[in-house]
Amino acid sequence: MNNEILLKVENLKVNFNVSSEDDMPWTKQKKLQAVNDVSFDLNQGETLGIVGESGCGKSTLARAIVKMVPANSGKVIWLGNDLLTLNKSQMRQHRKQIQMIFQDPLASLNPRMNIGEIIAEPLRTHYPKTPETDVKLRVSDVMEKVGLLDNLVNRYPHEFSGGQCQRIGIARALILKPKLIICDEPVSALDVSIQAQVVNLLMELQEEMGLTLIFIAHDLSIVKHISTKIMVLYLGNMVELANSNDIYENPRHPYTQALISAVPIPDPMIEKNKELILIEGDLPSPVNPPSGCVFRTRCQKVQEICSKEKPEFKEAVANHKVACHFSD
Amino acid sequence: MIVANKNKIVEMANNISENEHSTGRSLWNDARTRFIHNKAATVSLFVLIAIVAFSFIGPYFAVWSNEQIDWNAMGSAAKVGMPSIQSGHFFGTDDLGRDIYSRVIQGTQISLMVGILGATVAVIVGTLYGATSGYLGGRVDQMMMRIVDILMSIPYMFVLILLLVVFGRSIGMLFIGIGLLSWLDMSRIVRGQTLNLKNKEFIEAAKVIGVSDFKIIMRHIVPNLLGIVAVYATLLVPGIILTESFISFLGLGVQEPLTSWGALISEGAGTISYDTEWQLLFPLAFFVVSLFCFYFIGDGLRDALDPKDR
Amino acid sequence: MSLLEVNNLQVQFDTTDGIVSAVNNVNFSLEEGKILAIVGESGSGKSQTVFAMTGLLDNNGSATGSVKFDGQEILNLSNNELNLIRAEKIAMIFQDPMTSLNPYVRVSEQMAEVLVHHKGISKSEAIQQSIIMLDAVKIPEAKNRIRMYPHEFSGGMRQRVMIAMSLLCHPKLLIADEPTTALDVTVQAQIMHLMSEIQNEFGMSIILITHDLGVVAGNSDEMLVMYGGEVMEIGKTEHLYKNPTHPYTQGLMSAVPRLDDANEKLITIPGNPPNMMLKPVGCPFSPRCNFAINSCSTVTPNLTKITENDHFRACHVPIEELL
Repeated sequence: MNNEILLKVENLKVNFNVSSEDDMPWTKQKKLQAVNDVSFDLNQGETLGIVGESGCGKSTLARAIVKMVPANSGKVIWLGNDLLTLNKSQMRQHRKQIQMIFQDPLASLNPRMNIGEIIAEPLRTHYPKTPETDVKLRVSDVMEKVGLLDNLVNRYPHEFSGGQCQRIGIARALILKPKLIICDEPVSALDVSIQAQVVNLLMELQEEMGLTLIFIAHDLSIVKHISTKIMVLYLGNMVELANSNDIYENPRHPYTQALISAVPIPDPMIEKNKELILIEGDLPSPVNPPSGCVFRTRCQKVQEICSKEKPEFKEAVANHKVACHFSD
Repeated sequence: MIVANKNKIVEMANNISENEHSTGRSLWNDARTRFIHNKAATVSLFVLIAIVAFSFIGPYFAVWSNEQIDWNAMGSAAKVGMPSIQSGHFFGTDDLGRDIYSRVIQGTQISLMVGILGATVAVIVGTLYGATSGYLGGRVDQMMMRIVDILMSIPYMFVLILLLVVFGRSIGMLFIGIGLLSWLDMSRIVRGQTLNLKNKEFIEAAKVIGVSDFKIIMRHIVPNLLGIVAVYATLLVPGIILTESFISFLGLGVQEPLTSWGALISEGAGTISYDTEWQLLFPLAFFVVSLFCFYFIGDGLRDALDPKDR
Repeated sequence: MSLLEVNNLQVQFDTTDGIVSAVNNVNFSLEEGKILAIVGESGSGKSQTVFAMTGLLDNNGSATGSVKFDGQEILNLSNNELNLIRAEKIAMIFQDPMTSLNPYVRVSEQMAEVLVHHKGISKSEAIQQSIIMLDAVKIPEAKNRIRMYPHEFSGGMRQRVMIAMSLLCHPKLLIADEPTTALDVTVQAQIMHLMSEIQNEFGMSIILITHDLGVVAGNSDEMLVMYGGEVMEIGKTEHLYKNPTHPYTQGLMSAVPRLDDANEKLITIPGNPPNMMLKPVGCPFSPRCNFAINSCSTVTPNLTKITENDHFRACHVPIEELL
């Protein structure tokens, strides 16, 4: 693996304006901090796993990187260029190299287009002059790569199962030979036996094509196998970022610990005797996040300082950053 | 233990594709199958085709052209002008001795043309307007929709009648009047659907790929709107025919020597008390049957294209 | 006598493309106070099995066989009779609580209605009991919260409300259809913890339908594995996890990503879930099975008892070859 930094995200912030039903027209709109001060960098060939519960801002973060939602401040540096400052046509050049895979495999495919058209779309968009025979060749090539037979090109998405649809989505993402693929919960909508197929496929492709991946998931079990680094988000804030093994073997943030403990292990002997770290209550409203540490309302180790001071996101040990006052 | 390997998957896929045909069934094919299963809609479609065919083939069998006047029947339609094969007036004559058969054919052509052309214009303008407005969203959407609101708040019939009175009664003016206002509903429906579609993941996927806005509208949004557009269009045609008939009934629409269903029904209704009921019944029958057909077809299309049905 | 006995249950749907058989030949029994987990992927017929039992099949579905609840045959009873049983003896909770809560009616009204209708008590008393029930499912400030509308609760809280509602009449059997699939892991852990507490307190039997083997492991006494509408394997949960004897069960168990194993690569089951319209002849799993022999694609294997502790499996391949 080489150590070239492919993507560097610095202090990225995304706010949404929200209005509630009892607002009057003149009330000032409230701000929802969907992503707050997120920074990380990603080397060529690495996989960053982003984990958090629904509403933690992980999808927003992914979309802000590809400029699908406007970021309020911060930088997204892609191979030396800040994507956030680029205009539409400059951005188009970079879109070739950053592709995305979505959560709902069927909904991410246009129901009125056949598989061949869907997979070829990035090619036709960026290289409209490619001759038809070349397009066909590239499509059948990439279909073979993701384990689909090329005689299926004339079929329509609704004729495929969820796993196959996700393969089609992956084929579409691969056809331009991108450098980075952002996977937004690519397996959460799939059956267990199919989840593993898709994760393995992504890992094989990564090895074969030297891809860099950002893999978003809502629990820690599925990212374990694919990630080299893992970031845990809570209410839009980074709470922990470390190498994959460190996170599992030595989770330092109470939220990460609870997340790990909440994943049920398919073994009755372990599961029934496991000491469960239950976090009580629900996610606080992101419109009024708790003062100080965002996790303090559900944390078991909460102290007085937690509500007063926001813990700094800093290295507890080398390459292991945590945002907690008691990380040591 | 079971371990993944690509060969196995490919082999599997081979097995599957042997059993099935390898050309895809698009959603349209599925919809067609469902439409054919709907008896009322299929019958209506055939009846409607028959009526259209009649309006083109019919003239070859006519003994009297629509401009010819049967001087025998003029003024004594009740006694001489009844429908008969011998006299060549298959549907009888009107009080001026004109052949109703030929007049109904002419009326059918004109009414259907007004309906279908009007609906086509409304569909094209309404779809593009609504899709653009819905897709772009934000301020553009607000502006575009307020324009629609303003146009909609003008009383439709009143404007149409005013236009015809001020600028003269002609078919052209009728088209402009109907076309000006009938796309409004269409654009609202399309905008609503577009707002729904816009948040679908495949639109997002297209944006990430870098497809331009124009192409997203044309390639991803419009094809997915066609279902609802088709349904609405088949319901719009009879609506426009009704409007035209109403205007013609008032005497403001199609002018002599041209005629339409509305004008014919109006004339027929005017003379109903002189025992010449055929003057009303023949055009009315064509009118009612055609409208029924359009509504049934629209219903059939809606059931066939309903995305909820798998 | 068991609380629930299901014999030769079959479910078929009459669709435009012909008759689809969604569930075939399901047999099981459930003792009082036990938790049975029905495990399967999409299209395995796990939900249709319980829908058939409780008379909730879609209009084009029909069920045959026998379902004895508390000694009474309940399959294909009239709607009136079933309503009575469903309300008082068998309760159900679903994946999406919003589908079974009326969004325009306060929770208090919805809960009280159940009690007033079935127990014939006064409304104020019914609300008192409802509050007690909400307390039991650990909804904080139940007294105030009961006045709220369903959408004012979060997903996890809504599922708690559903559980509280289902417990109002002290049912003998609770059927939970993927109760935690729509929830986050931490909330899932809360809800499953709650379910086992409730079960201890009220002592009812539970049928837990899920696709998550992790959830099954910690929360069931017996489990039934389904695939393509057929039962693949039944047994005591602990026993079955230790000795899975069906290739599908084995594959499913190894395909689950585990936090406690360090393998680089996930183990998978090749192929795709069955299309119920084009169900293979013989064992439904045979096209994806690495052990499949000739008879697998011609003859459907029967469930046979393999050990003394009620462990059944349906497979032609001898056990020795699978280990």
